[in-house]
Amino acid sequence: MAIESEVLVVGGGLAGLTSAIAAAREGADVRLVSYKQSTLRHASGLVDLLGYTPDGEGPLTDPYAAMADLPASHPYRTVGVDTVREAMSMFDEVTDYEGGHTDTNALLPTHGGTVKPTARYPRGAAAGIASDDRDVLLVGIEEMTDFDAPHAAAHLDAAGVPFDVRGETIRFPGDLRADAKVTRYAKLLDTDGEVAVRGRKRPAREALAARVNPLIDDETRVGFPSILGDDHADEVRRDLGERLGADVFEVPMGPPSLPGLRLEDALFEALDESGASFETGNPIVDYEGEDVIERVFMEKNGARIPLSADQYVLATGGLVGKGIESDREGVVEPVFGCHVPHSDDRYDWFDTDVFGDHPFAGFGVETDADLRPLAADGTVEFDNLRAAGGVLGGYDFAAEKSGSGVSIATGYAAGTSAAAEGQ
Amino acid sequence: MSDAQSPDFDPVEPNTGEDFEPVEVFPDSDDFDLRPGADSCYKCSTCDTNCPVAEVDDEFPGPKFQGPEQWRLKQTDDDYEIDDSVMSCSNCMRCDNACPSGVPLSQMHNTARGEYVSEQMDKLSVEYVRNRILANYRTSAWFASKVPRLANFAMNFGPARWVMEKTMGITSERDFPEFAQRTFREWWADRGGADASRRNAREARERRGEPAEADKKVAYFHGCYSNYNTPEVGKAMVHVFEHFGYEVVAPEQKCSGTPMFANGMLDDARRHAEVNVSSMSDLVDQGYDAIASCTSCSMALRQEYPELFDIDGIEDVAANTFEAIEYLRIHEDIRDEIRAADVSGDLADEFAYHAPCHARNQGLDRQAVELFRDLEGVGIEDVGESCSGISGTYGWKEEKYEKSMEIGDEMFDHMEHAEGSTGMTECPTCAMQMEHGTGYEIRHPLELLQAALVE
Repeated sequence: MAIESEVLVVGGGLAGLTSAIAAAREGADVRLVSYKQSTLRHASGLVDLLGYTPDGEGPLTDPYAAMADLPASHPYRTVGVDTVREAMSMFDEVTDYEGGHTDTNALLPTHGGTVKPTARYPRGAAAGIASDDRDVLLVGIEEMTDFDAPHAAAHLDAAGVPFDVRGETIRFPGDLRADAKVTRYAKLLDTDGEVAVRGRKRPAREALAARVNPLIDDETRVGFPSILGDDHADEVRRDLGERLGADVFEVPMGPPSLPGLRLEDALFEALDESGASFETGNPIVDYEGEDVIERVFMEKNGARIPLSADQYVLATGGLVGKGIESDREGVVEPVFGCHVPHSDDRYDWFDTDVFGDHPFAGFGVETDADLRPLAADGTVEFDNLRAAGGVLGGYDFAAEKSGSGVSIATGYAAGTSAAAEGQ
Repeated sequence: MSDAQSPDFDPVEPNTGEDFEPVEVFPDSDDFDLRPGADSCYKCSTCDTNCPVAEVDDEFPGPKFQGPEQWRLKQTDDDYEIDDSVMSCSNCMRCDNACPSGVPLSQMHNTARGEYVSEQMDKLSVEYVRNRILANYRTSAWFASKVPRLANFAMNFGPARWVMEKTMGITSERDFPEFAQRTFREWWADRGGADASRRNAREARERRGEPAEADKKVAYFHGCYSNYNTPEVGKAMVHVFEHFGYEVVAPEQKCSGTPMFANGMLDDARRHAEVNVSSMSDLVDQGYDAIASCTSCSMALRQEYPELFDIDGIEDVAANTFEAIEYLRIHEDIRDEIRAADVSGDLADEFAYHAPCHARNQGLDRQAVELFRDLEGVGIEDVGESCSGISGTYGWKEEKYEKSMEIGDEMFDHMEHAEGSTGMTECPTCAMQMEHGTGYEIRHPLELLQAALVE
């Protein structure tokens, strides 16, 4: 026996979740398995489609318009612009993200003080948008060294944003430990727990607003690092906004990131509502089958647990997510051993310039038009395997700012196609 | 690292790889070499976002510090003493599942805690004695089970509890779990033990049209709680497995060690583990699989034992241990049977399900909801991913009680918003916390499975 389903998705990041949701919404019996928690916890929570061309042109105003000119090997060209649009509208249906009203990229300030072109952004970041001309006060927390508010403000100013921006740094009320976790701040604000300020206990939100209020001049927008609640983020923001008499927003942060966590929660909730099954915590380590994958094996402390499906989706991520691995001999896709095109000479894998055009950034599996991985000789590796997201080659998400969009678009395409064949 | 050397371990999978055995690096030493795990930590801090204690406790530095950081500090400074905050780690093991690099965090925490307790803690202190008593719950339960009525009265007798809190630091806020009038093992023996089970299983196989000689046999690790406190869970497990044609045996066993790991009592845990591994590995050799109904017990046998101890047969036992329903999902078409079944009477209810942290770490957090959502006559709702906060003995400590309730608050809130007012979970102490925080009655998934398939 084995644990059976029609579509089995391996990988729990943005691509895996999107393909599982898409397949389940088509009516397939879907199971998603992920070794570790989703790497969405490392993500800013912004959803980029295409910010720059592979040649570095940009920021792009209309990402869809630029897709036709991408190289033929790019995943967007494989699935086509119409599929990208369908995928994004499914994303809009299952999340409460902003930006879906227009094809145009929005410009969002980052915690480093740059301005980033992005297609969708969380509601919590909405009031911070850089094309808005209202003045901004950024508030940093002394203990959170990842976000230096005056520095970020100076950077934004130098980037030529159409508003005045200042940064101020405060101590978070209650003197939390110097390396308090982002979840500690979020929980305190979520529950409006008490903090001690000069020997007096006060609710956290009120105490935080009291610290920030005297710092506001004429600004009508106030940005904080992304710590404003988890379960009740909207309420925390609204409450703070009322106390400050200004719109409150969160500046997206590096990992570990609450906006990434919230997106992960929203997508798992959507997956649950779609009726799919999912499981995290154990890796898929092996498979059986020649031209068709018959079943895969999950490893649990030495036990091998068989799972079988009609169709499989490989969404294990790229080099960082460990869906692609390399050693001194070569580059491999470790679960199914799919071919990853790369030079035999590993000195050709990278550029000597740190910020140069590194071939490794584009490492990943090549596919046919239906996203099925191809062997070195150009034949399909397995009839019932499709790949999506970071495990795909042919694009450089970091340079193009296209990571989330490629994951969503190819996840959607792979999931839909797998469901059509798997039922 | 130069080209000449290549690492002989895979940093991505230290928990699963065969190449690296922490206890075998220095064959003559009991010290662990956790360096490869520490080196794999690139400080992304994802573990910290999963730590329920760090979320509510200003003093707790989080799993990243307790594990890889502290291990490194120990290597560079001979006089480095383990920070006493390690005792605030509740051993929920959530950090393990979080780490994208496979750092064996809970193993690091368990070894650090063990070292702290054996080398730095005053053995005459009230805290040590209290922890030792809590960790050795099995011993107290054994005494209590001899006089269950008296024990039930005495353990919840107000003045006595006041004294326990003041002198021992055991919170008087909680009700002690009730001891059963007849333990699971007493029921099992009265029923005819393994012989009766063999007969029942054979009949079931005939009824199911399976070969009468089929090799379907499991060794039940019932743990302390379903023996002394909730024998109905143990009975349900036996009935359900026999229904599927499995012969059940209930071998000699001690505590799984979970409360001992959490209190840094590694010597106590090892003594119990040796008994458990010895009796289970004999059975595994004969083709039995080890089955547990408590997810902390299966977690201990599967992961903590091989990480912490070097006992003959330990790897085999780990590889052949399963949670009860998980085992049936792998080997039987349980989903189809559930779809064809319905439940009426006592258990036809809406359930608010909480996944225990230790179930989560075995990939079982969704099992009950996904299985029972197809079952006619019941509803089941996942009440979210927060930790219940009690973490075994943690929430029984007077100084941890409030923290434990603060962690659990999110779960209570979700339970109250859920449709049902009966709770469900696999973990006995989570059940205690759920009941304590909401007043709901709590059932085990095996009880529902028994009602659906057997009764």
